[in-house]
Amino acid sequence: MKPYSDGTVMNRDFLRSAFRSMLLARILENKLSSLYKAGKIVGGVYLGRGQEAVSACLGTSLIQGTDFFAPLIRDQAGRTAFGEPLIDCTRTYLGSVEGPMRGRDGNIHRGRPSMGMPAMISHLGAQVPVVAGMLFAKRLQGTLAGRVGATCIGDGATSTGAFHEGLNLAAIEGLPLVIVIGNNQFAYSTPNHRQFACKDLVEKAKGYGVGGFSVDGTDLLACASVIGEAVKRAREGGGPQMVVARLLRLSGHGEHDDGSYVPSEIRNGHYGRDCIEVAMRQLVENQLATVDEIFAWQDEFGDDVQRAVAQAQQEAVPDPYQEDWTALATRFPIPQPIFP
Amino acid sequence: MSVTYIDAIREAQEKLLREDDRVFLYGQDIATFGGAFKATKGLAEQFPNRVFDAPISEDAMIGMAVGAAIEGMRPIVEMQFADFSSLAFNQLVNQAATHFYRTGVPIPITVRLPSGGTPGSGPFHSQSMEGIYAQYPGLVVLTPATVSDAYHMLLDGVALDDPVIFCEHKFLYRWLKAKSINGDHLPIGQARITRPGKHATVVAYSAMVHEAVRAADRLAQDGWEIEVVDLRSVKPLDLDTILASVARTGRLLAVGEAFPWGGVTAEVIARVSEEGFHLLDAPPQRLNARDTPVPYHPKLWAAHRPTPESICEALRKLLSF
Repeated sequence: MKPYSDGTVMNRDFLRSAFRSMLLARILENKLSSLYKAGKIVGGVYLGRGQEAVSACLGTSLIQGTDFFAPLIRDQAGRTAFGEPLIDCTRTYLGSVEGPMRGRDGNIHRGRPSMGMPAMISHLGAQVPVVAGMLFAKRLQGTLAGRVGATCIGDGATSTGAFHEGLNLAAIEGLPLVIVIGNNQFAYSTPNHRQFACKDLVEKAKGYGVGGFSVDGTDLLACASVIGEAVKRAREGGGPQMVVARLLRLSGHGEHDDGSYVPSEIRNGHYGRDCIEVAMRQLVENQLATVDEIFAWQDEFGDDVQRAVAQAQQEAVPDPYQEDWTALATRFPIPQPIFP
Repeated sequence: MSVTYIDAIREAQEKLLREDDRVFLYGQDIATFGGAFKATKGLAEQFPNRVFDAPISEDAMIGMAVGAAIEGMRPIVEMQFADFSSLAFNQLVNQAATHFYRTGVPIPITVRLPSGGTPGSGPFHSQSMEGIYAQYPGLVVLTPATVSDAYHMLLDGVALDDPVIFCEHKFLYRWLKAKSINGDHLPIGQARITRPGKHATVVAYSAMVHEAVRAADRLAQDGWEIEVVDLRSVKPLDLDTILASVARTGRLLAVGEAFPWGGVTAEVIARVSEEGFHLLDAPPQRLNARDTPVPYHPKLWAAHRPTPESICEALRKLLSF
């Protein structure tokens, strides 16, 4: 095992696993993009290209069945790493009634809340207090020890009241919440300087009284080390942790958007580099994986994606005549009072 | 010995805390202080680690409750005033209300909204929000008007698997007393004939039930028998009881304390017009607060909301058609 630059030991299994999630996410998202352009997708397509290292390192640091993970718009890699089945993604994008949202919600809004993965709403920052509440419940139930809840947001979401209120609440309660902010420099088309006035978003951590970390989001080794450490601190009782990852999304806000508002000097700058290419080099140079292995994974994931797409495409779409068209769990009228 | 409306709400929460491990209370100033209206007085001492002060973060309070509900808890959130729930609107209508439909996982949270006007409370401590929440699919909206309903509907509301907006009227808190907490204990979703009559139906809810009964008492002196229907739950709406009453009387007045544009009274009129047009002997009428913010001065406030006088006037007009 080689040490990281900060002296901690490089975890071979972690890095290989995180990279595999990155690669699968990229292959899947390339396919989604093609399907979108072919008019096969119901609704929009939102990709995490360029943000896979951050997302995968968070997902890989979490334990499914124990931890909570509220993914956001650019977290295909983190979802995969956390254990979301590939078919959940293709079913939701392709509108299969078999998917977790049954056609009632789409694309990145999918989730499996009873398995620790809440389904995001579009209102940014709104998942922060939800994850805090999941953790709070575990504290009341006496099963919080060793558990972590994590969520990802972007630079834009740090301007919302929901982010502020949620993080402040989690800090007051000292909950093991990890917030990973992917600062991809543009909220849709709005640049950082129209979003916040502090020099670096991580400065906000101090104000909330939570741990703060910065990391180069294009660097898998750095992400693994920093995000892993943040999750570890939260798990060990250190309270909420904020990680700010600097990066650039390598696509538009959605596939309908060409991202032409990103100036070429940023696109061609350090954060414009592709985290997958960086990670491949890092794995090979550190003898964590061979080039042949990586190509084999690529083939394997290509087949997996094709199968998941084909299966979802063959499945039924929702039938309005079979819908029960009720938003309530309770079936009214109820014949007698519930409470004895 | 008498029980007030606020006593009933406190008693219900005490019973829930005692009998259901999943219940906890969350709200501003509700722990040691016992809440702005003392609805949780003494509960923090009685139930350690079950009653929590929240930061002034209405959005996060509901978000947190949703998360806790996903993980099997049944939180009761106190908004200090119904008016402040506008700050939690997103989490209520987009997170809590859509959750079961989207994911199949129910969100059994109960949000207590101290609602309605009291003299001198002004524009931001007087609002009636039931119509706004009832507009959104996925929420149950309750408006108890009696001491017994305040108690039983809170118990039943917490037992529901859906998010419940529990609109309790601040004016009734200490003004309304009953000999006991016991009552007919109707199920949620069923309206009550508070006062039977045959000449006209007044559909009301929350504090307006009492104003409608006063108006009916006055008209009784002139020989009019006014039927008063207490909706109890504005969503679901018990259209059967309303239609049955209109079938008896042929005349309908819907009274609410909320602002006049849309809302519960408009819904009642629309539904009766759709499904019971043939039962009506006169155009259905509605009476609401005026279309201004709720005024501060008691003299203005008293003329802003429906009163026994204005209800009588509306009924006389209805009866003379």
